[in-house]
Amino acid sequence: MDSELKKKLQEKAKIIRQDIIEMLCEAGSGHPGGSLSIADVFSYLYFSGILNINPDNPSDKYRDRVVLSKGHACPVLYATLAEKGFFDKSHLKTLRKYGSILQGHPDMNKTPGVEMTTGSLGQGLSCSVGMALGARLDDLNINIIAILGDGECAEGQVWEAAMSASHYKLGNLVAIVDKNGLQIDGFTKDVMNSEPLADKWRSFGWEVFEIDGHDFDEIDYSIKSALSIKDKPVCIIANTIKGRGVSFMENVCDWHGKAPSEEEKEKALCDICNLKLED
Amino acid sequence: MIKQDIKKILSSEDEKISTREAYGRKLAELGEIDKNIVVLDCDLSKSTRTAIFAKKFPERFFNFGLAEANMMSAAAGLATMGKIPFASTFGVFATKRACDQVSISIAYPRLNVKICATHTGISVGEDGATHQAIEDAAIMRSFPNMIVISPADGTETRKVIDEIYKYNGPCYIRLCRGNSPVLFNDNYEFKIGRGVKIMDGDKATLISAGFTTSITLEAAKTLEEEGIEVDMINMASIKPVDSEMIIESAKKTGLVITVEDHNVIGGLGSAVCEVLSEKYPVRVIRLGVQDKFGSSGSPAELIKAYGFDKDSIVKTVRENIPA
Ligand SMILES: Cc1ncc(C[n+]2csc(CCOP(=O)(O)OP(=O)(O)O)c2C)c(N)n1
Ligand SMILES: [Mg+2]
Repeated sequence: MDSELKKKLQEKAKIIRQDIIEMLCEAGSGHPGGSLSIADVFSYLYFSGILNINPDNPSDKYRDRVVLSKGHACPVLYATLAEKGFFDKSHLKTLRKYGSILQGHPDMNKTPGVEMTTGSLGQGLSCSVGMALGARLDDLNINIIAILGDGECAEGQVWEAAMSASHYKLGNLVAIVDKNGLQIDGFTKDVMNSEPLADKWRSFGWEVFEIDGHDFDEIDYSIKSALSIKDKPVCIIANTIKGRGVSFMENVCDWHGKAPSEEEKEKALCDICNLKLED
Repeated sequence: MIKQDIKKILSSEDEKISTREAYGRKLAELGEIDKNIVVLDCDLSKSTRTAIFAKKFPERFFNFGLAEANMMSAAAGLATMGKIPFASTFGVFATKRACDQVSISIAYPRLNVKICATHTGISVGEDGATHQAIEDAAIMRSFPNMIVISPADGTETRKVIDEIYKYNGPCYIRLCRGNSPVLFNDNYEFKIGRGVKIMDGDKATLISAGFTTSITLEAAKTLEEEGIEVDMINMASIKPVDSEMIIESAKKTGLVITVEDHNVIGGLGSAVCEVLSEKYPVRVIRLGVQDKFGSSGSPAELIKAYGFDKDSIVKTVRENIPA
């Protein structure tokens, strides 16, 4: 990836992470860990130019769709959509408040740019299968990207969706699993081991890439490859660090669903600012 | 007026606890007296408070991860082996994600599974609609063999858990996230199918359960100060409901108002209507979620916005009693 673009994506990821922290502190509740782990992927999806997403034409029928199946991580989606220009950034401080367009979990009827209502884990990939089937029926040459959690992959419905996607040879569908190794009650390997995860997706008929989900070169390579594969669905297993970018949140289970205090916010923003970036 | 005989079961302490916390503590106590008790959860043990049991009896605790349907049928399997499974997750997932499993693996074969679901009602707050169970009691009530209990406070929760532990059959216990005042003291006794009348009056009947009972009681006290005396009933046992108590009170007051943190379709309000429309038709006004999805906000804001805060209850009584 050219260094100019990488710089830009790193910059966007930084802004997204800062906004996540700011909005969660203001809200007083919500989910930082799984928002921060997938922030680099979001920066890439919305700001690399790889997808057709245009805030000036949010109902364009030719737009690509990103479905956040792990809906609790909506702060990353809201921060990204605001940065992209889908709505004014002032809304971010209304997160989770009564009457806000930014609900505690994504609501497609309240928030511009949100493609699917989610929050009950395990459903987003099935919704994406439906979108991919619909796009194919109408000869729309578009991409559907579903973002899942690794804990979420324990839901039986995920595998029903996986089976149907390969059965229907949905080459327009990409699943990205945010494999941060944690869920709520602990490490995924201890709560409900899903390994070997890549083999599972492969055995369900998917092409699989395993990448470092914080490395823009690997994100770039895998997503470009995924979009070019047209005869079957592709799963990108993004190995990530839950809470990535905030030292005291990284890989700490407790930061799944807890908002930072004022003091913690300052420390977090400082960490994000100083996050060491490779080139 | 607070009933004379009720005073001895009312708490005089100024204490608050959530029903989920009371459940978690009670469960850990029960675990000590019966080795057949097993506890199942779906990656929410810190929130449902089954973590207290898990810590004490790790070999009898099973975390199923994010797989509610699997957990419910596995609970049924454990019950066939003579175990006493308590299965916990949030109300939305226990009743909607695992709906058919609860119906076919648990209710139909009448297996001894105790489904203790937390985070019910819009009083969940900020998480919003996807995490607020407003239809759980309706779903569970419609399953044959299933009993449905919605305790009002920490004491009642403990007593309910004791009762359902002794009861052999499927039950759904509707617990809440938020703290609520402790209304009852240890003298209180819970019986499946029995309500408890806390206040006595003849202008109207107020019936509530769960999180809204303490709010309804406050409303009844305010009305009393205005000279409007009402019957105030706590009806934790939503199914079977205490028909006798409902009919007797309706005969006296002629106007019944139900209050619940649940959709007005299918829950306590409906249960009361079913009894009265068949046995003693009087007007019933159902306060609760008026067939809308929940939303994000603080619990207090939501309860007010959805129209079942203390003021809304008082106003409804005032405007509907005969002049
Ligand atoms: C069906 C369902 N069950 C339970 C929950 C509660 N819940 C929210 S997040 C979460 C853990 C998710 O873990 P993971 O998918 O790994 O997400 P991440 O680590 O990316 O935050 C759980 C159990 C839910 N939202 N949906
Ligand atoms: Mg995870």
